[in-house]
Amino acid sequence: MSITISQVSKKFGNFQALDNIDLDVQPGTLVALLGPSGSGKSTLLRTVAGLETPDQGRVRINNRDTTNLDIRKRNIGFVFQHYALFKHLTVRENISFGLDIRKKPRQVIKQRVKELLELIQLEGFGDRYPNQLSGGQRQRVALARALAVQPEVLLLDEPFGALDAKVRQELRDWLRRLHDEVHLTSIFVTHDREEAMAVADKIVVMNQGKIEQVGTPAEVYEHPANPFVMSFVGEVNVLLHTSPIFDHAHRANPATRFFVRPHDFEVFTTPQGDSVLAKVKRIIHLGWQVQLELTLGDRSSLIVHLNREEFVRLDLKTEQNVYLEPRQIKCFEQVKQDLFNSPADHHQLAS
Amino acid sequence: MLTKPKISAILLLIALIYLSLLLFLPAIAIFYEAFHQGINVFLTSIDQRNFWQATILTLIVTAITVPLNTIFGLCAAWVIGRNQFRGRTLLLSIIDLPFSISPVVAGLAIVLLYGKNGWLGGLLASLNIQILFATPAIVLATAFVTMPFVAREVIPVLEEIGEEQETAARTLGANDWQVFYRVTLPNIRWGLLYGILLTNARALGEFGAVAVVSGSIVGRTATLPIFVEQAYKNYQAEAAFGSAAILASIAALTLIFKEILEQKTRH
Repeated sequence: MSITISQVSKKFGNFQALDNIDLDVQPGTLVALLGPSGSGKSTLLRTVAGLETPDQGRVRINNRDTTNLDIRKRNIGFVFQHYALFKHLTVRENISFGLDIRKKPRQVIKQRVKELLELIQLEGFGDRYPNQLSGGQRQRVALARALAVQPEVLLLDEPFGALDAKVRQELRDWLRRLHDEVHLTSIFVTHDREEAMAVADKIVVMNQGKIEQVGTPAEVYEHPANPFVMSFVGEVNVLLHTSPIFDHAHRANPATRFFVRPHDFEVFTTPQGDSVLAKVKRIIHLGWQVQLELTLGDRSSLIVHLNREEFVRLDLKTEQNVYLEPRQIKCFEQVKQDLFNSPADHHQLAS
Repeated sequence: MLTKPKISAILLLIALIYLSLLLFLPAIAIFYEAFHQGINVFLTSIDQRNFWQATILTLIVTAITVPLNTIFGLCAAWVIGRNQFRGRTLLLSIIDLPFSISPVVAGLAIVLLYGKNGWLGGLLASLNIQILFATPAIVLATAFVTMPFVAREVIPVLEEIGEEQETAARTLGANDWQVFYRVTLPNIRWGLLYGILLTNARALGEFGAVAVVSGSIVGRTATLPIFVEQAYKNYQAEAAFGSAAILASIAALTLIFKEILEQKTRH
C-alpha cells in the first residue's frame, strides 16, 4: 500500500515542526525517516498515523485521503519507542487486543496469536506479563500486536531507541528479514544513521521540518545533496579553503567548504606527490578500524580512519609525522550548494 | 558515642511511643470501654431506635456520596491528568479546597445557601423542598468534604502511566470507552480503589459539616458520629463507646477488604 504525503505543514506554537513536506512511499518498501531530534521526523510519522493533524496538506494511504480520518479507521500498525505494551495484560492478551476490539471469532484469534508468537519467536511466552520480558522481547510483542490486525502500513517510532547495542542490532536485522517476508509498507523513525542504512530500502533525511534528501542508503552516502546530509549520514572533516590540504587554486573562493570523510585519506610515512604533512596526535582503537587524530601545518585538526591492517602496516606512533592525500573531496558552496564528488573532480582540484 | 544502630533504636522507640499515644491506646480504649462489661451490655447499649436510625442514615449518605465523588473524581482526574491548559494548577487547588477549609465553614456555607433566609431558601420553600436539617443537606455536606480524595489519588497514577498505552489502544482500533475500560481503568485501579476507600472512610466519619447542616436531631437527622457525640453528652457512655467501636470496626473492615482485593487480583 502506498503512502502519499503532499504539502504537509505543522506548527507547534511558533515551532515549525513540518514545513511543506512532500513524500511518496512506494508499496512494499521500508523507509527510514532519519534526522536529528527536532527535525520533524516523529511528527511526520505521527501525522501519517493520525496522532497529529497537519495544519495543511494531505496524507493518502493506498490512494485514500486519510488526512482527517479517525485514527481507528486508518488501519495502521504503530510501534512505540517505549513499547507501550498493556502492563496488565499477558503477551497473548496484548497481541489479541486489536482482534478482540474487532470482535473476531475466538478460534481465529487463537490461531492468529499462535502464528504471531511463532513469528516473533516467543512461543512459550504467551502467558507472561510485559514486566517479565526483556526490552527486545517487549518490542517484538509490540510488533506482533501491531501486525495482528493486518494493517495496511506499519509505522515505527524509534523502535530500537530504548534497547542496548547488541539487542538493537539483532532486532533490526530481524525487522529487515521480517519485512522481506511480509512486504508491508513501513516507515520507521530513527536518529541512528547506521540503523537507517542497515534496515531501510530508502532513507529520507530530515532537518528542521524539511526533507533534505531522499534516496537509497548508497545514494545518500555517496551522493549527499548538501552539507547537512553529508555530515549527518557519516563522519566528516570540514575543511576551510585555506587548509594546507589544498593548493592555492582553492583559496580563491572563501565561501566554499570542503568535506572529506575520515576513511577517504591515503596515509603515507614518506612524502608522495601532492601529499601534505601532518602529525599524529592521538591513536584510538575502535575494533576493526583505528581512528587517528592529526594536526596539519596550520594547526587545524583532522580525523582519519584506517583499517586495522593498514594501521599495522604503517606502524604509526603518536607524535609521528605522516603524509596525507585525500582520495575524495566533496565541496559545497555556502550559498549555492554545488556538488563535486567524483575522484576526477578531486584530481582537478588538487592538481 | 551513639552508634548508628543505637540511633535507629531510639528513633524507632520515639515513633512507637508517638503512635501508641495517638493511635493504638485510643483504639484499645474504645474497644475496652465498649466491651469491658461483657458482650451483652454492649448489645443492649446499642440496641435502640436512635442508634439504628443513625446507622441507616450514615449508610445511605455514604452510598450516595461515594459513587458520586468516584465519578466526579475520575472526570476531574482525567481533565487534569490528561490535558494541559491554562488554569490547570488553579483547578487542582480548587479541588483541594475541601482539604483546607474547615468542615464547619463548609456546613455554614450550605446553611447560608439553602437555609430559610438563605439565597435559595425562598425558592426551595415555595417548591416545598426541604434540604436543610434533612438528608439532602447531609449528603451535600458529606459530598463536599469527600470531594478531593479520588481525584487526588488518581491524578498521580494517570500522570505516571502516561498516554502511550492509551494511544496504542487507539491505533489498534479501540474507541474512547474501550480505551478507558480496557486500558486506563486497569492501570489506575489501585489508586482509584484507595481513593474510594478514603472517600468511604471520611463519608462514614464526617462530623463537623454534618453537625452544622443536620441540626443533629437524634432519632431523625443524626449520623453515627453525631449519635456518638450526643450519647456521650447525655451520659450514655456505653452507647457512645459501643457505636464508636462499631464505627472503628467498619473502618478496619474496609482496610481488610482492600487487602483481600489486592491479594486476589495481584499477579
